[in-house]
Parts: sequence; C-alpha cells; structure tokens
Amino acid sequence: MTRVLIPSGALGLNYDPDALARGIAAKPDIIAIDGGSTDSGPSYLGRGVSKYARSSTKREWGGLMEARAAANVPLVIGTAGTCGADATVDWMLDITREIAAEQGRPLKVAVLRSSQDPTHIAEAFEAGEITPLSAAPDITSETIRSCSNIVALAGAEQIAAALKTGADIIIAGRTTDTAIIAALPLMQGGHAGGAWHGAKIGECGALCATNPQSGVIMIDFDATGFTVTPLADGAHASPHTVSAHMLYENSDPFILYEPGGHLDVTRASYTALDETSVRVEGSEWVPSDRYTVKLEGARPAGARTVVMALLRDPRYVANAADWAQDIVTKCRAKVLDRMDIAADAFTLELRLIGQSASFGALETRASDPVEIGVIGIITAPSEDQAAEIGKLLNPYLLHHPLTQEEEQPTFAFLFSPPEMHQGTVYEFALNHVLHLADPMDAFKLEVLTVG
Amino acid sequence: MAELRTLVTKVRSKNAGPFWLTIDIFCGDAQAYARVVRDLKTEQIAGALHADSQTLKRFDMPDLNVVKFSLPRPTVQGSIGDRDMHGASWAALVGELDI
Repeated sequence: MTRVLIPSGALGLNYDPDALARGIAAKPDIIAIDGGSTDSGPSYLGRGVSKYARSSTKREWGGLMEARAAANVPLVIGTAGTCGADATVDWMLDITREIAAEQGRPLKVAVLRSSQDPTHIAEAFEAGEITPLSAAPDITSETIRSCSNIVALAGAEQIAAALKTGADIIIAGRTTDTAIIAALPLMQGGHAGGAWHGAKIGECGALCATNPQSGVIMIDFDATGFTVTPLADGAHASPHTVSAHMLYENSDPFILYEPGGHLDVTRASYTALDETSVRVEGSEWVPSDRYTVKLEGARPAGARTVVMALLRDPRYVANAADWAQDIVTKCRAKVLDRMDIAADAFTLELRLIGQSASFGALETRASDPVEIGVIGIITAPSEDQAAEIGKLLNPYLLHHPLTQEEEQPTFAFLFSPPEMHQGTVYEFALNHVLHLADPMDAFKLEVLTVG
Repeated sequence: MAELRTLVTKVRSKNAGPFWLTIDIFCGDAQAYARVVRDLKTEQIAGALHADSQTLKRFDMPDLNVVKFSLPRPTVQGSIGDRDMHGASWAALVGELDI
C-alpha cells in the first residue's frame, strides 16, 4: 500500500494546517503538491514566471518542508512556479534554499528540469518526431523557434527517476498534474489504472470532496485500486463527488492521456466506505505503442496597451455600440494616416463592459445598464507603437460625440494617464506531443544539497 | 419552454487546456437529466457558441445526471481576441438557452 498526502490543488492556494497535521500523523509515504498549470494563460510560460506571490509560496512551502521533516518522507512539487520552466524551477529552488537555511536543516534536493531548446524542438518537428493533438494550431519550425519558452510534460517515469535518487525534496519543472501522485504507487507495484485514476482524482486536492477549499486529502493506493479520504473537518467524499471530478477541466470524462499510455475509467466502480472515504476499482491503464510527452510553448504576440473610460450619460449608454464602432473606424484611420504601421500589424478593439464584453456578437441578452465600462485594447508589434496608438485613442474616449451638432461631451477617465501598458503579450503556440526513445531524453535530473 | 439554468442544479464551464472548452450541466436528479437529454439538442449548443457541431463532443452520463459538452475553444486561451481566460462565462450563455 502506498499512502500519498496531497496538501492542496496547488502551492499558493493555501491548505488547512490541522488537516495537514492529521495527514502527517497518518504516516504518508510521500507528500505531493502541484505548482501550476496553463489555466492562468500564456504570459506565465511566455515570461517564465510564477503567478503566485513569492511570500505565499515561501510560507506554504515552509510549512510543507516542516511537515516533510516530521514524516521523514519525500516531498515533491510538480510544475514548480506555475509554468514549470527552468526559470521558475530555479525560483523554487532559491526559495527552498532560504527555508532550509532558516530551518537549519540540510536537505538533499533532486531537481527535474523540463525546459526545451526551441532549436532542438524545431529540428524534431522537421524530423517528424512531433505530432499535433486535436485542435492544435498549425505550426511551422519557425513558430517553434519563435517561442520564448517550451516545456515538456514529464510523466511518472521521470518523477520515479527523481525519487530513486533518495532525495528529501523533488522540485520538478512541468509535469502532468497526475504524475507526481501516480509515480510512487506505480514504483511500489500499485494497480496502474488505480494509480493514474487516483492521481487524477487527487490532483486538485479536496475539489473531489465537499468543502473543496479545505485542500488536504489522502489517497491509499494498492494492488486493486485506491481509497480517497479528505482530511479537513466537515469534508466528505462520496461516490458522486469523486466520480464527478473526472469531469473537471477534462474534455473527455472517461479518458486521460498521459506519457506512455492512457487511463480509461469507463468501467470504474465507486463505493462509499463510510461518510468520508470512497473506494475506487476497475480503472484501466492502456499502454501506448510509442512513448510521447506533451509540449507546451508560448511565444511573443506583440505588445498591449489598454485604455479605460466610463460612460454614465444615459444617451451614450443607450448608443454605446454605435459610438464604439465609430471610434474604432475613425481611430484606425488616424493610426494608418499618422503612423508608419500596416493595417494588419495592429489590433484596436473596444469592449463594452456591462453590455457585451463577455461574448461580443454571441450575446443574446440586452438590458439598459446604469453605466458602461469601455475598455480599449490595442496590440502592436512594439511597446512604443502600442503606446502611441493608445495616445491616438485617448481623445476619442474622452470626447467623441454621437453627432457633430452637439456640444463636445466628456467621459470619465479613471486615471492619469488613462493608458495602461502591459508590455509584451504571449500566445500559446503548441498543442503537440514529442516522441521519445527514452523517457529521460527531454529532461535533466540534478541532485544537490541545500541548507 | 424554460431556461436550461432553471431546470438544473448548475452549469459550469472551464478550460480543458488552452485549446479546449468543456461545459458540464449538472441536472441534479434523474427526472431533470431525462428532460435535458431529450430536449437539449447538440445543434442548439453549437449554435449558441458558434461552434462546429462536427467537433462538438457530447457525453450523456446517467450515473452522474450530467450532460457534458467539449469543443475546441472558440478562441485559443489568452490569444488576442480571447475574452475569458478561464472559460468561466460560457456557462451563463448555455444556461440561458430555452429548452
């Protein structure tokens, strides 16, 4: 039996310390926590930075390092620093060094790096070693070379290699959400379908139970399946909450693709052991013919400037869509007249918050709002060009009249200056898998001592 | 005719990775589930989201009283035209469909 303690769905989301203490008292074999995902968008991978505050990360990681010392078992984080690029792995390692020094406890740390050299990935693409997944963007080797960061998602094999070093702490770059949980049960002979299914159920912490914000859960893996138990007061898992978690952020609720195969839960059975724990058996692991790892990449897509204004005048609120369309037409013409920029090199869009900002043309409802927030969104090749277009848009958002006859109106700006510069923006560029002869081929493992 | 959201417990939408969107309709009980399965047409969802019904995947899940739809994201997450980083709002559009 392998007992995995999962403190929360992600480091930075907080965990219930009492529930964590309960988990440590139950003598887990490993503590595993996820550090990120793509869900916050392409900027984090594009820049190679964490979404969560360093102070929160340090506080929570420090608590987990204390818990690890008490349990004397490995502590593993996957997708360190939101995106799992080498830069955020180093950021996490730096935080770990600080804590180890403060806690006065030397530690053996295994670092698993997932970043890829875009040139090597472009060569692999040209050699036919990269295959698109469903709904993948069309790419060329030039697309790949233009990525600022590319990561490969490690699976259980790479985490197992890190665990075999005997490290106290494993800081992994990009991994699948499940790999950090499934790896040890698989190493110890657990049921493969159960290991991956339990890992999927556990990857968001207590989201598979009632009181989902409480975070901490424990999963016992064995030769026939797994048992999941949330540890916070008032948190309960039921066959419904556990099986429903397969829906979450999954395009297919029965199949989950992982490096080396896929999980099929079509025939899984869910049984309540008591009012808190659920037993799951019957999940199947189907090995694939070739070993592949998924790639994620982000590349610069220009620079963005944002300008906001508020419409409160009832006549302007009622005619906001026409007003905004007129501004876009006139301002685009002015940009082309006064700047050296091609029409397809920049975008200028006004979204009307309170009216149609969520869905644009797909919106089916209409009502008379009290006010409308107008957000002007500009993207251009450079920060200077985006800022310049923002300045050209500024007078329109301040004074543009519905008719030529009326006295010049003025609208509300929130700030001086009203333009907000976001700098370089990024886009996700890859939804592909890379074929590997050996699972470690795309990853680097390093062992060092800290503290 | 009734709005879907008034017949079910919850409609949830989320990213399923940067390139896919998934919408879960939690019907609550077998009766509501049977009505949603019968009356909510895949084409209606495709129309509301301007999606291609050929790429729209539908899962009717009686064990959970859930009807699930997954589709290539109408705009890739975080791309310049995207309006909703986490795919959170689409649930409202689906919940307001009349069935």
